[in-house]
Amino acid sequence: MPESTLILNAAAMQRALTRIAHEIAERNEAGTEVVLVGIQRGGVPLARRLGTLLTQIYGSTIPTGSLDVSMHRDDLDQRAAPNVHPTVIPFDVTGKTVVLVDDVLFSGRTVRAALDALNDFGRPRRIQLAVLIDRGHRELPIKADFAGKNVPTARTESVRVRLAERGHPDEVLLEKPS
Amino acid sequence: MSWNRKHLLDIESLTVEEILTVLDTARAFKAVGERAIKKVPALRGKTVVNLFVEPSTRTRTSFELSEQRLSADIINFNTEASSLKKGETLKDTARNLEALNVDFIVIRHSASGAPHFLSRVLHASVINAGDGAHEHPTQALLDAFTIREKKGRIEGLNVTILGDILYSRVARSDIWALTKLGAKVTLCGPTTLVPRVFEQMGCRVTHNVEDAIREADVINLLRIQHERQRKSMFPGLNEYTSLFGLTKARLALTKPDAMIMHPGPINRGVEIDSEIADSSRSVILEQVTNGLAVRMAVLFLVNGGKGPQEVAPQ
Repeated sequence: MPESTLILNAAAMQRALTRIAHEIAERNEAGTEVVLVGIQRGGVPLARRLGTLLTQIYGSTIPTGSLDVSMHRDDLDQRAAPNVHPTVIPFDVTGKTVVLVDDVLFSGRTVRAALDALNDFGRPRRIQLAVLIDRGHRELPIKADFAGKNVPTARTESVRVRLAERGHPDEVLLEKPS
Repeated sequence: MSWNRKHLLDIESLTVEEILTVLDTARAFKAVGERAIKKVPALRGKTVVNLFVEPSTRTRTSFELSEQRLSADIINFNTEASSLKKGETLKDTARNLEALNVDFIVIRHSASGAPHFLSRVLHASVINAGDGAHEHPTQALLDAFTIREKKGRIEGLNVTILGDILYSRVARSDIWALTKLGAKVTLCGPTTLVPRVFEQMGCRVTHNVEDAIREADVINLLRIQHERQRKSMFPGLNEYTSLFGLTKARLALTKPDAMIMHPGPINRGVEIDSEIADSSRSVILEQVTNGLAVRMAVLFLVNGGKGPQEVAPQ
């Protein structure tokens, strides 16, 4: 059994997401066309939750999509092929402010792949990044515009985000290798 | 993730999980083909040789476009213009190609087992695009993909394969894939082309076409392969049509939602009535679309394959 520490419980996760939603609304004033795109798989349910919160704040529906980055990864020949999940972007991203959403920001390589993948769908006005957990150890010049919590970690540790949408109580755990 | 193979040589050796992994992955690649930009960088910097030592138009075109949509570099090797005509052995040809540091070899060959042989002597990943009368794995995978997409499932369906079974690598691969996935497969055609020995593969064999199609959810028609028959296996094409062709009268006997498939190229008026081929019951052109998605998925998966098949060459 790996030793694990609770980083966020359900209430704290809800507060973090509410704060991120308000920060997104503050940064992008009404009239900006904001759309949310969750990165498969962890970012997708979080994007939907932020979409619901932002729809209340803006008073108009904020469209939400999902993006799979497997085909744009930079390590495809160094590992077994990843599972590919659906990419569903039911709107034109051209001219929009796209907020990419992921659960954990680590090396930044997933975000780089997401920027490439998104490029195939159009030319957004701007792209911002929202993550629930920023755990450091960036390998690329990428930073989050909105972060729920910054967590100092060792490279060998892992951050596990569990969500109600996947049949667990909402929580984030930091696991040390046993 | 349940794919760790470096090669795709046949369906016979695949597990159900591996087949389903290809089908699930293909679904994502089908969506790529529906975008404005139909290309992804998954095989950027990789080189694929299409080694077609037997004529093929549609399979080769489908592989070529799949490779291009994955951003690979491509070499097409045509049998007519090749040094194989000058007496070079397959092994030497392949080794010469490998000296160019190719990453994938897609091979079509008239000899059964040619892809398996190459996989043992080369570093590159080998994909079987049809070997003799043995297997045509990507065709079976695209057939399974099409059935699952249209019918929502494969398990429990009655699938009838009608036509030249004996000489057909498509039939063998389809039988392996569909029986593994739980379909009930019936084979039908002239006794000379559908011997009872196929019952050993878990199929029902009948030589009565009405009996074969009445309960079918899917009818897969196979072309009569003149080029593979060394002697005449039935008196003539007209007789074949009258005894086994899918005519309008026979179609009326089938379930109203029975789906018609054909791997192509179709012989209108021989194994299938021309109007049926163009009707809403036919998914022949969707099979072509799905073939691209399945071939992209296969290339994507074997690129990451680090399985037990990775054997150092001699």
